[in-house]
Amino acid sequence: MNGAEILIDVLINEGVDTVFGYPGGSVIPIFDVLYRTDTIRFILTRHEQGATHAADGYARATGKVGVCIVTSGPGATNTITGIATAKMDSVPIIVISGQVAAGNIGTDAFQETDMVGLTRSICKHNYLVKNVEELPRILKEAFFIARTGRPGPVAVDIPVNVSNSILANYQYPKDVSLPGYKPVTNGNQKQIEKLARAINEAKRPLLYTGGGIISASASQELLALLDKTNIPIVVTLMGLGAIPADYPTFLGMPGMHGTMAANLALTECDLLIGIGVRFDDRITGKAEHFATQATVAHIDIDPAEISKVIKAHIPVVGDAKKILRELIDKVKPRPRDDWNSRTQSWKDQFPMTYNQANESSILPQYVIDRLNVLAPDNSIIVTDVGQHQMWAAHFYRHRRPRAFLSSGGLGTMGFGLPAALGAAIGCPGQTVITISGDGSIQMNIQELATCAINDISVKVIILNNSYLGMVRQWQELFWDRRYSHTCLKRVSTCPPVCPGPNANCPSDYIPDFVKIAKANHIPGLRATKPSEVDAVLKEGLNQPGPVVMEFIVKSIENVFPMIPPGKPISAIIPGRPA
Amino acid sequence: MIEKHTIIVTVTNRVGILARITGLLAQRGYNIESAIAAPTEDPDIYKIILVVMETDENIEQITKQLNKLIDTIKVIDISHRDNYIVREYIILKVGITPRTRAEVLDLIRVFEARLIDLATDHLIVELTGHVRKIDRFIELLKPFGIKEFVRSGEFAMTEYN
Ligand SMILES: Cc1cc2nc3c(=O)[nH]c(=O)nc-3n(C[C@H](O)[C@H](O)[C@H](O)COP(=O)(O)OP(=O)(O)OC[C@H]3O[C@@H](n4cnc5c(N)ncnc54)[C@H](O)[C@@H]3O)c2cc1C
Ligand SMILES: Cc1ncc(C[n+]2csc(CCOP(=O)(O)OP(=O)(O)O)c2C)c(N)n1
Repeated sequence: MNGAEILIDVLINEGVDTVFGYPGGSVIPIFDVLYRTDTIRFILTRHEQGATHAADGYARATGKVGVCIVTSGPGATNTITGIATAKMDSVPIIVISGQVAAGNIGTDAFQETDMVGLTRSICKHNYLVKNVEELPRILKEAFFIARTGRPGPVAVDIPVNVSNSILANYQYPKDVSLPGYKPVTNGNQKQIEKLARAINEAKRPLLYTGGGIISASASQELLALLDKTNIPIVVTLMGLGAIPADYPTFLGMPGMHGTMAANLALTECDLLIGIGVRFDDRITGKAEHFATQATVAHIDIDPAEISKVIKAHIPVVGDAKKILRELIDKVKPRPRDDWNSRTQSWKDQFPMTYNQANESSILPQYVIDRLNVLAPDNSIIVTDVGQHQMWAAHFYRHRRPRAFLSSGGLGTMGFGLPAALGAAIGCPGQTVITISGDGSIQMNIQELATCAINDISVKVIILNNSYLGMVRQWQELFWDRRYSHTCLKRVSTCPPVCPGPNANCPSDYIPDFVKIAKANHIPGLRATKPSEVDAVLKEGLNQPGPVVMEFIVKSIENVFPMIPPGKPISAIIPGRPA
Repeated sequence: MIEKHTIIVTVTNRVGILARITGLLAQRGYNIESAIAAPTEDPDIYKIILVVMETDENIEQITKQLNKLIDTIKVIDISHRDNYIVREYIILKVGITPRTRAEVLDLIRVFEARLIDLATDHLIVELTGHVRKIDRFIELLKPFGIKEFVRSGEFAMTEYN
C-alpha cells in the first residue's frame, strides 16, 4: 500500500464516515484513493476554512472526531482559523494537509508553508510525516490525542512523496505508546471527599459548568447531582444544553452578557463548584473582583486549567463524568433553602425579556423565541458570532447537549454556516438551524453552494440589522456612538460622521441575501414585519432541504445585561437607559 | 516575587521539540534566560534545561503548560531543591597588560579555571562550576577588561536515582 492508501485505510479503521476538504497538487494521490473509496463520503466545501469548520461542527454535534483534508500552501493556511477555533473550544478534529516532497522542504518550494510551525500554538499536537514508515503510528497517535483527555485539533502534514511511497508490511497499530501523554481521568479520592464535605457544609453553593460537561457526556450525572442537592447552577455559553433550560435551579448563562441572576449568584456564593469550565475572562471580568466570598472548587481534566485564572482551593483533576458519579454518593441531599429562594427571586426580578408588542420592526429576540415553538424538538442550533449569538444563547430554550454549537473561545465570525453543514451531515434526521448575522454570514457564504449541491439541509436564519451589531453596541455604550465602519449599509455618499440609522440611509442592503440564495438554487425567504415572522419560519422549516430565511430586524437593538469589559459584576448595565 | 528558576524538562526526542518548548514560553510571554537541549544516556530521551526569571505563580503555569506538551515526559523545577547538582561552563577572553597579567593569572589559579590561550594583550580561559562561581569569576575579571564571553546556560542532574 502507498501512503495515500494507508491514510484512507486508517480513516475507515477509525470509523470516519465523512471527510471534508479541498484538493490540490500535493494531495492528488490521496484524492485518487478517495475516488475509488465508497466507504467514505467526501464533501467538497468551497473554501478550506469551510472544510475545517464543517469537520468541527460534525465533531461538536456527534462527539466523534471530524476530519478534513487540504492541500499544501494556501490550502493549509486557509485552515488556520478553523484549527484555532477548534483549539479554543476543545473540539477533536484532524486536519490533514499535503506538503511538498520531503526533499524539497526548506527550499521555498512551490506552495510550501511550514504547517507544523504555523499551527504549533493553535493545535493540541501536530506532525510532519517524514517517511511512510512512521505514517501508521502518527495517524494512530493523532486520533488518540484528538479524542482523549481534553479533546482538541491535531494537524498532520503529509509530504506528497510520503503519500506516493509504498510500505511493504503495513499494519495499523493496535496501541499507542506516548510516554509523555497519559491523561488522568480518575479523580483523587481525598479531593473528591473534601469537595463533598465542602458541599455539605456550604451555605450558598453554586455550580458553574461548561463545555467539559458536554465533552465528558456528563449531563445525566450533573442532573442527578442537581436533583439530589438543588444547588443553583450557572452554565457557560459552551455548556448550554447540558441541562434543560427550564431546570428549576438554572440561573442562566453567567458573564459579560450573562443574566443578572447568574452574575449575582457568582458574587454572593460561598462555594463555587466549577466543572469543565476554564474561568474565561468573559465570565470572571476583573479576576480580583470575582466570586470574592467563595471557596473555589474546580473539576477539570486539564491540570493546566487549575488555578490558571482563579485560584482553586479544592482542585480535582479528572474526567467530569467519573468524578460526578463518585461525588453524587458522597453528598447529602440538600433541601431548597433561603439561598434557593434568593437566587430564584433574582430570576423573577430580572427576567430576560423583550417587548415585540411595542415595536414596528422585528426584534431579533422574537425570531429566536418563535423557534422555541416552531422548530422541532430535535433541532441543533448553530450560531455565528455577535449579538445574535448572545440572543440565541438566552432566548432559545436549550433541551439537550450537543444541540447548541457556537464558537466561544475564538469567537469566529463565519463559523455558523459551515459548522451547521458538518452537523447536518453528522446528524441526519435532525433539523439543523444556523442563526447568523448579516456580517458573519458573508464570511463563509460560499458554503451555500456546498449545501445546495449536496442537498445538505441547513436552515439559515440571517438576523439582518445592517450592522456589525456587537461592535456597534460597544461603540454606542463605550465610544460615544462613533459608529466607525460598523454599518454594512454605508455607501460613499453617506456623511462622514453618522449618528446611526436615519431617514437618509440607503434603502437597499447589499448583497441581496434572497437573491444569493436563489443564485445557489436555494429558496430564499424574507420577513420585514413582525407579522411575517411565523410564516417565514414555518415555510422555511417545513420544506425539505436548505433554505435561507432573512429577517430584517431592528438595527440598534442591544444585548443586555452587559458587564463593561474589565469591570466587576457590580458595574453591570441591566438595560438601555430610557 | 520574580526569581530565577531552573526547570528540567525530560522529553521524547522528536523533531522540533526545542521549538515547541521555546515557542510555548514565548507564546505565553515568558522570558527564557537560557535553554540547553542535551542528549542523555537514552537516545530517545532528551533533557531540556531552562532558566527563566518568573514569579512562583507563573512558574506553576509554565510547568503545567510544559507538561501538557505531548512529547514531555517530566518537568521539574529544581530551584528550591538541594539534591541537584547544577553546573555551568564559560569561555572568557580578558585583556591583559604586562602590569595586570600576573594578577589575572592568579585569579585563574584560585578559581581553578583553565588557560586556553595566552597572547600579549589578552588571554582566553575556560571554567566549569556552579553558576554563582561563574558569576563571581566574571565580576572579579571585569576591572581588567573582559572582551568577550559565552556561557553555556545551566546543566543539572539529580544526586539520587
Ligand atoms: C461575543 C462573545 C461573547 C461571549 N460572552 C459570554 C458570556 O457572557 N458568558 C459565557 O459564558 N461565555 C461567553 N462567551 C464565550 C466565552 O468566550 C468562552 O468561550 C466560554 O465562556 C468558555 O466556556 P467554558 O468555561 O465552559 O470552557 P470551554 O472552552 O468549553 O472549556 C472546557 C473546559 O472543560 C475541560 N474539560 C474538557 N473535557 C473534560 C472532561 N471530560 N472532564 C472534565 N473537564 C473537561 C477543559 O479542560 C476546559 O477547561 C462569549 C463569546 C463570544 C464570542
Ligand atoms: C472573523 C472575525 N472578525 C471580526 C470579529 C469581531 N466581531 C465580533 S462580533 C462582530 C459583529 C458581528 O456582526 P454580525 O454577524 O452582523 O452579527 P450581529 O452582532 O449584528 O448580530 C465583529 C465584527 C470576529 N469576532 N470575527
